[in-house]
Amino acid sequence: MLEVEGIHTYYGLSHILFDVSLKVSRGEIACLLGRNGAGKSTTMKSIMGLTPPRQGTISFKGKSVMGKKPYQLARLGIGYVPDDRRVFADLTVGDNLEISERRSGDSATWTKESVYDFFEALGHIDHRKAGLLSGGEQQMLTIARALMTNPEFLLLDEPTEGLAPMVVKTLEEQIGKLKDRGLTVLLAEQNQKVALNLSDQGYVIDRGMIRYHGSIDDLRDNEEVRKKYLLV
Amino acid sequence: METGQTITFAAFANQFLVGLSRAMILFIVSSGMSFVLGVLRVPNVAHGSLYMIGAFSAFSISTFLGGGTMGFWVALILSPFVVALVSLIAERALFCHLYEREHLMLLLFTFALMLILGDLVKLTWGAEYRSFMAPLTFRGSIPVLGSSFPKYNLFLLVVGPLVAIGLWLFTNKTKIGKIARAAAVDREMVGAMGINVSWVFAFAFVLGCFLAGLGGALVAPTISIAIGMDHDIIMEAFLIVTIGGLGNMWGAMLGSLIFGLTLSFGVLFLPQFAIAFPYIAVGVILIWRPTGMLKSVW
Ligand SMILES: Nc1ncnc2c1ncn2[C@@H]1O[C@H](COP(=O)(O)OP(=O)(O)O)[C@@H](O)[C@H]1O
Ligand SMILES: [Mg+2]
Repeated sequence: MLEVEGIHTYYGLSHILFDVSLKVSRGEIACLLGRNGAGKSTTMKSIMGLTPPRQGTISFKGKSVMGKKPYQLARLGIGYVPDDRRVFADLTVGDNLEISERRSGDSATWTKESVYDFFEALGHIDHRKAGLLSGGEQQMLTIARALMTNPEFLLLDEPTEGLAPMVVKTLEEQIGKLKDRGLTVLLAEQNQKVALNLSDQGYVIDRGMIRYHGSIDDLRDNEEVRKKYLLV
Repeated sequence: METGQTITFAAFANQFLVGLSRAMILFIVSSGMSFVLGVLRVPNVAHGSLYMIGAFSAFSISTFLGGGTMGFWVALILSPFVVALVSLIAERALFCHLYEREHLMLLLFTFALMLILGDLVKLTWGAEYRSFMAPLTFRGSIPVLGSSFPKYNLFLLVVGPLVAIGLWLFTNKTKIGKIARAAAVDREMVGAMGINVSWVFAFAFVLGCFLAGLGGALVAPTISIAIGMDHDIIMEAFLIVTIGGLGNMWGAMLGSLIFGLTLSFGVLFLPQFAIAFPYIAVGVILIWRPTGMLKSVW
């Protein structure tokens, strides 16, 4: 569904991603594991068109999406959940969802009601300003907001970062349910446990380069790679 | 001592109402500027020029229709749309290509636009004074609290709050208004939700300019319409937005009231220095609250 081929991304003069390639097939969860600063978020932003790569190609559903703007990628079916949450703090929970709503043709479409069914905690705080929510609630809201765009593919950037273990567990379950509903996910994580539980295949990134790629079982067994690139 | 004796309650009430109605014009113009500033983060230096075009358009439209009540209302309603159209053209043809650039570029563009529009007004309407008459129903005065008060100013006192309510409903109750508020703070994230922020900005810009045009059309019956009116208003609008809180509509209201009322009480107490009063108030407020009285939107 998503193919990233040899991309190089820069922030101004600093070269951040070096020849990053990855592939995510429809219906699976792929994880992108790496330490803080490894280049996970930059990879996500490159795919979303927020930091367009200077070299390489990205295609989605078989078509090149190079040079497309973030809003165009969202309309093609890519949902984006940024690592720093970025809820629209001044708007209520309900308004955050309402302004993100994009109806898709089919019947499995997400609406505010179905999103509140999915994240029950959000349904109770429809009128609260997003800026006043707890970290866990904000994280649910960013995922819910992305779902309202009715994506086929979800970029999830460190959804569990900084959350209490109980909340992490709930989120993990919910992300698993999204997969059951047919969503394809690229999950960036530092939290190996969550990523290994959820994913079908794994990529390991370090200093802007993909260092390992394999099935999740192989990655789980490969103590050496995990020690070398993921231990802090 | 001497002045103290001559100020009657009637004169006081009268000046209060004059100040209030002046504040309504200032509010309509500066809330538009504040809205553009809040969403696009650019002070529109050409805002005063659009206000001037609003006034001249009102003159031309009503003249074309032969004046009268009908001419007044059509001019009042159409002029803001004329201004909105001018701003839409400027935005789509030139301004929108600069959104990806630094803010300084946007600021320079609005400055250039001010000069261009100033010249266009001169070419179109010339340097003479023009006038736009209120209909008979609004001419003359009625007694209020023991003094006579121009009817047209009462009309302004009705329109100002209506604009405030309308703008509030727009930003808080409509989807596009909420999107504009979100884009003010995080346009990248709004884009990532599939919204073409460029059109949101266009809409916000045009709406703000519409208010400039409305202010210009509304003020027209109370002044001589002439080139140069853009400069006076832009300075006042900038100061009002600064003391009110950037992008905050209620701040624009509060700032306008302070500006309008200090001026009219200045006229009452120390007429020869009246013009200085609003500026002294601005100075005091900025020392007291350098970021403005109400919260900036970003
Ligand atoms: N806006 C930016 N400007 C310059 N450098 C940045 C910026 N954002 C991230 N970086 C750098 O890019 C590298 C990768 O960052 P990032 O992709 O955020 O890593 P991760 O998400 O894996 O923690 C880091 O060295 C970071 O310092
Ligand atoms: Mg990150």
